[in-house]
Amino acid sequence: MTKRHFRYGYAVLGGSLGLLATAGIAAAAEQITFVSQGGAYQQAQTVAILDPSAKKLGITINQDSIPDAWPAIKTQVGSGKPIWDVVDTPTGYCLRGGEQGLIEKLDFSKIPNAAAMPETYRSPYSVSYEFYSSVLAYSQKTFPKDAPNSWVDFWDVKKFPGRRALRNHPIATLEAALMADGVAPDKLYPLDVDRAFKKLEEIKPSITVWWTSGAQSAQLLNDGEVDMEMAWNGRVSAVAKEGAKVSFTYNQGILQSTSLCILKGAPNLDTAVKFLNEAVDPVHQANLPLNIDYGPGNPKAFDTGVIKPERAAQLPSEPANAAKQALMSYAWWSSPAGEAAEKRWASFMQK
Amino acid sequence: MLALVSPALLVILALIVLPVGWLAWQSIYHDGFTLENYRRIFTEDIYWRSFALTFEISLAVTVIALLLGYPVAYLANSVPKGWSILILALVVLPFWTSVLVRAYAWLALLQRTGVINQLLRYLDVISEPLALVHNTFGTVVATVHILLPFMVLPLYATMQKIPGDLMQAGASLGASPSLTFMRVFLPLSLPGVLAGCTMVFVLCLGFYITPELLGGGRTVMVSMLVSRNVELYNQFGAASAVAVVLLLSVLLIFAAVSRFISLDRILGQK
Repeated sequence: MTKRHFRYGYAVLGGSLGLLATAGIAAAAEQITFVSQGGAYQQAQTVAILDPSAKKLGITINQDSIPDAWPAIKTQVGSGKPIWDVVDTPTGYCLRGGEQGLIEKLDFSKIPNAAAMPETYRSPYSVSYEFYSSVLAYSQKTFPKDAPNSWVDFWDVKKFPGRRALRNHPIATLEAALMADGVAPDKLYPLDVDRAFKKLEEIKPSITVWWTSGAQSAQLLNDGEVDMEMAWNGRVSAVAKEGAKVSFTYNQGILQSTSLCILKGAPNLDTAVKFLNEAVDPVHQANLPLNIDYGPGNPKAFDTGVIKPERAAQLPSEPANAAKQALMSYAWWSSPAGEAAEKRWASFMQK
Repeated sequence: MLALVSPALLVILALIVLPVGWLAWQSIYHDGFTLENYRRIFTEDIYWRSFALTFEISLAVTVIALLLGYPVAYLANSVPKGWSILILALVVLPFWTSVLVRAYAWLALLQRTGVINQLLRYLDVISEPLALVHNTFGTVVATVHILLPFMVLPLYATMQKIPGDLMQAGASLGASPSLTFMRVFLPLSLPGVLAGCTMVFVLCLGFYITPELLGGGRTVMVSMLVSRNVELYNQFGAASAVAVVLLLSVLLIFAAVSRFISLDRILGQK
């Protein structure tokens, strides 16, 4: 019953998208539908990765965008006739989708570019596509010198007085709490959830805002509503570029990624695999940070010479910056323990 | 007659009855019948706390909207026609602005570096900025602002129907203006009070944008649990169940209120 309703919905949606797609195809024999999150981010990919890949492979890449792909992945694959091929989505969804049979298992012998990447940068279902980081950001007005430089400092309300904000979400926040409690960035997983929540209780009275959107975190820092906060590096640098006196440190940042994965039963599976390999090509990847403040998913991009050293130093996944940070384990977050921690969050917020 | 209304009925069936029915169905059916989603709501205390908070906020918003709205409606009712149109226009004007824009406007007014705090500091009334937003207070202020027209309009409509002669009759019998108000006008305006309060309370129960933007993350209303459950349980049923319980509470409230005044009085302004 449930499935049938979904199918009708998608028949309509699929029909209209199909029309769009046919209009887009001129002569190219092979095509795929690629989905990302839209906005400036998808625009940057189009210039750096998608257009060059399409040209090189001689295929047509139809683009679609959606802020949160997860429900659509579920319904599309559930309907038995997915219309998307490749999705760029937070790595956790690729893993969860893989476990639930919604995402194709990858054959890395057909994806040499990904096979050459470090093992922590891929999973049986996904390949890292780009990196961003949850960093400690602060106002330079409040802290002209001796700025907070670690989560220990963030938790130290005596030495660093001021208003604080954290993200209203356990992902990355629990990691920060554990680092504040002295756990080394490379020894975080499996997370000691009890210890993390206990440490969060400690800072909770000093948190003015628990933000929910990246835009909100930027506004809080920009308007001087808070003096320090956890935020995504791209949001902080965007505010700084507009002239706000704000800065951040990569020290103890939490390195997060979105990954590429292929929907189970994707209509153009073979072409999708070819595209996946091309998309993580070191040169295409190196072009991404020239267009937006995100780091390449393939670390080999830093060896291509495309990214100038001073630009590389600003990027979250640059090897020296990456070494100061914790690499998020999406495998842990999509495990039962991770899901339980996520459910515990709401009750922590209410108390 | 049936032929004339059937297109409208079909639209209602397609756009309201079917989706709501599907919503309810999903909450009890997921690979077989299950009451798991409801068991969770009635056993985990986060749901209980959110429902309690939502009712508290709705009650506060309703009372404040009544205290602010009644004098406005009274004034609009007692001044000449031209003035009353102006007053009502001012009440309805914000209606045409998106709720999102109004919520952000309140943020600009209430935050630490916002207009109100700057002004108070400039006037030396306070030395430290007041915490006016990112809490329940900010949520209530913005929600009252957004829902005020729903209080004023039913009140005004009811007051319009109270014959002016009654006040004069009261005065001619020697009652003071305040006594005539208390004994004659106020009781006659009560249906409007009940209608306005019901509208505001019920609308407030489902509010999402103001607590999300102005609540600072701590004000977790029921609507926010709905969106959280979609993310957390990877299936719509968990969220539908919360929505169904909320819908049932609203229907219960309407049922209770309809014992006192007829429903079309709240909704249709007869």
